[in-house]
Amino acid sequence: MVENKGKQRINLDELKSGGFIKQTQKDLFTVRLKVPGGRITPEKLTKIAEVAKKYSRLGYCHLSFRQSVEIVGVHIDDFDAVIKELATVGQKIASCGPRVRVPTACGGCEYNPNGIMDTQAKALEVDEKFFGIPCPHKFKMGFSGCPIDCTRTREMDLGFQGVVYPEWSKDLCTGCTLCAKACMEGAIIADKEGKPVFDESKCVYCGDCIRACPTDAWKDKKKGWLVRTGGKHGRHPREADQVINFLPDHKVNDFIEATLKWYKENGKPKERVGTSIERVGLDKFKKEVVSAFEKT
Amino acid sequence: MVEDGNINPDEQIDLRGVLCPINFVKTKLKLEMMDSGQVLEVILDDGEPIRSVPRSLKEEGHKIIRVENLQGAYRLLVKKA
Repeated sequence: MVENKGKQRINLDELKSGGFIKQTQKDLFTVRLKVPGGRITPEKLTKIAEVAKKYSRLGYCHLSFRQSVEIVGVHIDDFDAVIKELATVGQKIASCGPRVRVPTACGGCEYNPNGIMDTQAKALEVDEKFFGIPCPHKFKMGFSGCPIDCTRTREMDLGFQGVVYPEWSKDLCTGCTLCAKACMEGAIIADKEGKPVFDESKCVYCGDCIRACPTDAWKDKKKGWLVRTGGKHGRHPREADQVINFLPDHKVNDFIEATLKWYKENGKPKERVGTSIERVGLDKFKKEVVSAFEKT
Repeated sequence: MVEDGNINPDEQIDLRGVLCPINFVKTKLKLEMMDSGQVLEVILDDGEPIRSVPRSLKEEGHKIIRVENLQGAYRLLVKKA
């Protein structure tokens, strides 16, 4: 579908996922670029800078809160050229409106010593599979590699946070007490012989005990994702509900798919999934979506 | 395994009063001047230093073979990787 006003202004098929956001200024738009997980190559950044220099009529970019680079002040007549020039380095346009957005992620476990799960790989995979899918309202996902939760998964419609379950073996323990020192949650207290007493109710599954242990008496028994749904920011913030602990990595896509299906069936237009869950009931959401994943 | 018996460290470094991450950097520089298998005695404050430095040493492949509580500080013996 092409809007014609004397000359071809814009191919609207290119805009089906949004990503071109109307500005105060007549005919100027902010072009939101896709940066899944906030990781971007210098080649792409260089090209974005070139394109911005050429087409931003205001002369600047904005780094969005959700890790996008946005070129501000692009004239509607330049959309096609901007899209084409960015495509030469594989740089795609992001989305806006009622659909699945580009996932955010923390820096990643490849270089961050706290990292438990590979958020960067997951963000790319999830973006590939779910980006742009229409929903009742916007749908934001984020991935944090550990319980420090830099990606703020409690504010996501669907948030995933890495967790590791620590297991202690008596034979390897020398009673050095470093694990009790490392644990910031008070979940490990050293007894008289220096051996750890583990209180799981206080554990946040960060794995600091495992990292601190000099003899590998603490090991990871399993790793996975803690899943939160129904969080949002905006005018009426809502903290997400924790719905599952230790979701296996290979089940993430299935969980997203099941949540989106439920959201489409239960959500009203312009209603975020957290509001739908509140209206319909968290128990019902758990029964219809979460229960199938609890014994995985 | 943490080794039993008396071990005479080859080098010593007292990092009481030295903040993170300078304490780790100083430990690292000291270890760099030593030979593989040699033992460094490190004295660290309780709190953040004892929480962070051992973990960083482990990440670099060194082996903590002894931990002693000195009341308010800790004495570690570290075997260089």
